[in-house]
Amino acid sequence: MSKKRIIVVGNGMVGHNFIDTLATSEHASELELITFSEEPRLAYDRVQLSKYFSGSTADDLALTTEAAYQQQGVVYTLNDKVVSIDTHAKTVTTAHGQVEGYDKLVLATGSYPFVPPIPGNDQEHCLVYRTIEDLEAISASAAVSKTGVVVGGGLLGLEAANALKQAGLDTHVVEFAPRLMAVQLDEGGGKLLRHKIEELGVSVHTEKATTEIVAGEECRYRMNFADGSHLETDMILFSAGIRPQDELARQFGLDIGERGGIVINDFCQTSEEDIYAIGECALWDGKIFGLVAPGYQMAKVVADNIVSALITHDVPALTFKGADMSTKLKLLGVDVASIGDAHGHTACSKSYVFNDDIEQVYKRLVVSHDGKKLLGAVLVGDVDAYGNLLQLMLNDMDIPGNPAALIVPSSDGEESAGLGVAALPDTAQICSCQAVSKGEIAAAVQGGCCTMGDIKEATKASTVCGGCTALVKQVMDAELTALGVEVNNNLCEHFAYTRAELADIIRVKGYSTFTEVLEHHGNGHGCEICKPTVGSILASFNNEYVLKDAHIGLQDTNDIFLGNMQKDGTYSIVPRVAGGEITPDKLIVLGEIARDYDLYTKITGGQRIDLFGAQLHQLPEIWEKLVAAGFETGHAYGKSLRTVKSCVGSTWCRYGVLDSVSMAIALENRYKGLRAPHKIKFAVSGCTRECAEAQSKDIGVIATENGWNLYVCGNGGMRPRHGDLFASDLDDETLVKYIDRVLMFYVRTADRLQRTSVWMENLEGGLDYLKDVVINDKLGICDELEAGMTKVVNTYQCEWKTTIESPEKLKRFSHFINADEQDKNLYYVRERGQRRPATEAERIELVNLDTASE
Amino acid sequence: MTDWTTVCNLADIDPDTGVCALYNGEQVALFRWGSTETVYAINNFDPFGKANVLSRGIIGSVGERPVVASPLYKQHFDLSTGECLEDENVAVRHYQVKVENGVVLLA
Repeated sequence: MSKKRIIVVGNGMVGHNFIDTLATSEHASELELITFSEEPRLAYDRVQLSKYFSGSTADDLALTTEAAYQQQGVVYTLNDKVVSIDTHAKTVTTAHGQVEGYDKLVLATGSYPFVPPIPGNDQEHCLVYRTIEDLEAISASAAVSKTGVVVGGGLLGLEAANALKQAGLDTHVVEFAPRLMAVQLDEGGGKLLRHKIEELGVSVHTEKATTEIVAGEECRYRMNFADGSHLETDMILFSAGIRPQDELARQFGLDIGERGGIVINDFCQTSEEDIYAIGECALWDGKIFGLVAPGYQMAKVVADNIVSALITHDVPALTFKGADMSTKLKLLGVDVASIGDAHGHTACSKSYVFNDDIEQVYKRLVVSHDGKKLLGAVLVGDVDAYGNLLQLMLNDMDIPGNPAALIVPSSDGEESAGLGVAALPDTAQICSCQAVSKGEIAAAVQGGCCTMGDIKEATKASTVCGGCTALVKQVMDAELTALGVEVNNNLCEHFAYTRAELADIIRVKGYSTFTEVLEHHGNGHGCEICKPTVGSILASFNNEYVLKDAHIGLQDTNDIFLGNMQKDGTYSIVPRVAGGEITPDKLIVLGEIARDYDLYTKITGGQRIDLFGAQLHQLPEIWEKLVAAGFETGHAYGKSLRTVKSCVGSTWCRYGVLDSVSMAIALENRYKGLRAPHKIKFAVSGCTRECAEAQSKDIGVIATENGWNLYVCGNGGMRPRHGDLFASDLDDETLVKYIDRVLMFYVRTADRLQRTSVWMENLEGGLDYLKDVVINDKLGICDELEAGMTKVVNTYQCEWKTTIESPEKLKRFSHFINADEQDKNLYYVRERGQRRPATEAERIELVNLDTASE
Repeated sequence: MTDWTTVCNLADIDPDTGVCALYNGEQVALFRWGSTETVYAINNFDPFGKANVLSRGIIGSVGERPVVASPLYKQHFDLSTGECLEDENVAVRHYQVKVENGVVLLA
């Protein structure tokens, strides 16, 4: 059977989501997917567009790559657009003359920015905000401008204003309506939002109708307004709404709404049976849906419909039933949310309003005439109630108790009364971006998920905007409780505490040995879990020599002999090579030692050199030589800082903008020896080409023309994760300050063997919370965190240097306590000029040879 | 009569750690329980990892049983009996051991 051909016109977020749905479905092999984009790149995240100005690159925003499409067999054409459709022959033709036939055609042409018909709106520095190319133009224009105006005070306009502000311009917002975000907010909410935005230094001008744009006196342009006033500016950004991109459909006879938009039915079919439309170009029940979540829902419906029609010949299971347009977002740092009928348009509806000028919080509830049902809400400044309120409305549930309690903070400082998640029906949609229901989350828990990380991986809930994180966690916890799973975070049978709790106990009580902690807070004799954990906590506070008598019994396999135990019981040796920079002389020393001791030699991923196969008694001899040559221990054995990888940076590289090697060395020397819940890796890149792969590290630093961008909580390994941009354009001092705080907060609060990524994902509030703690000092602990780090830095010692200077400690470094003999059980074979441990079969042969020769 | 052989001094074993002694051509892992005079002796060979490493594991308790966790793959062995807690079919040899006048003896 030949493959069915599906052509998707447009590769925006929704078009890509549709392709991804089919390309990863069980029917992928029966379909040929073809897509066209008039843009020069594949789909990217337009929702996060303003991040382009805070350091994210086009690659960061990308939702897919050409390689991924090639691997999935998706045929794509960039920089070309479909210009005609032949509905009889079922073909499309592109501007470049390419003709392709289709079985089903999907229009995902999106929308275009509406530019009001103002004389003078077509000048060089009059721009729009929609694509990465637009951002590049804005960036270029901003570089030669001091003042910028955004025309339009809606959601997108405020996003655009954020971009101009980040580009360093004196920023103004000009809005035709009497308030900001007139669609989503009521008067009170709009007023507070305006106040907060003005506090941030953005000027807001409402009720202004621009009549013309002429040459300015002080700036490049002057905008004249209908009320006789004017405003001077160097550039203008139009963000006054979107219009569906329906030109193609219009030309080729598909039904179009009166005010634009391709008319679709509940299956998202247009007036032609084999042509569908999804996303912002589609008009359903007279409505355009300008958010991404409804677009994704349409994509799902069409994927189901097409598979049913072409392959399974079943009745399609899904229909589009409209979408809730409630939103929650952060605009210029201000939390804003709008739910349902925010304006109280419903007949006989009533309102509750809470206004706190001191804390700058505004909340309004719109309820039914009998006060029983929630119809809508506006939240500005504090949107914690969003998840609960949305569920009440979407599920048409009765408001529990007095509605006012939903928005009024209770006097004892407790959370305001919400609804228990238990009350939600299984069909309640918890994550609207990924359309995940309460039932699906519950099923994931029943299937074994018990952390937020598990849930995210299994259901994708909370992986797009993150707005539902708190609610997802509540559902998960409730389900765990219902299953009778006692959420037991005890470290092990000896301590009924988590690692973070033990850290608090040790800090407050000032304990310095495991024996004290066990005696007062634990039972039994300890084990291989609690001993190294407590050892690590003690080290992070007191930073004493790890082989000190009181601590030696706590050290894990690798730490106890300051080397990495390999499968045959021998060790590998990794001296520190800070930043990956090494002199030829030192390199020669490593070579000589490796040759003299016949150590298998390999370059590590962290830009240093690993020497394998040293026996216990050889470790001190080798380290004596290494220390004499100026090497220090590399802590490759420890749950501690491993390496700070770097690219060569501005000293040699033609593209480097800052000295990444010097920064990497400084950071590695600062944090070396810091004991942590898990290993920690850093990298520093000298420019945005990112050759050091800093975004895959716990701490990643990338140079920009304005300073350092800091990424946190990335990792490679089993579950790779890109780091999140934490702060931009930092000077050296602030960079180090933030890293000090992030690391110490991690060391004090993470669970045992928890990498930074999982730690952050499990912090309620995630990245934003971490920023609040570290940048804004929300908890008032930054001084303490910094002091803790300073102590660790000031008490650093090279453990190997200390060890080779202590004859008592060296006694342990021999295989037998009572003989000079060596372990006879070690067998090696040579491969590619080096030795490696013999395999089981090789060993048997070698043992036989030994016996024969005896 | 039991034939006791001196292998090392108690002071050679740091509290709560192990050492390996050569005894009649066998590798014996000796563990000292805290700072006490109690010493346990089992064979040093890890039957899972197939390497002579048990003396380098962390010791502790599982319930009432004194154990060592293999430094390679963390299986637990009962220090008194040599039994593996994870797999009842596996045990390592255990030895009679005593401490007299600060000296550790094996039989």
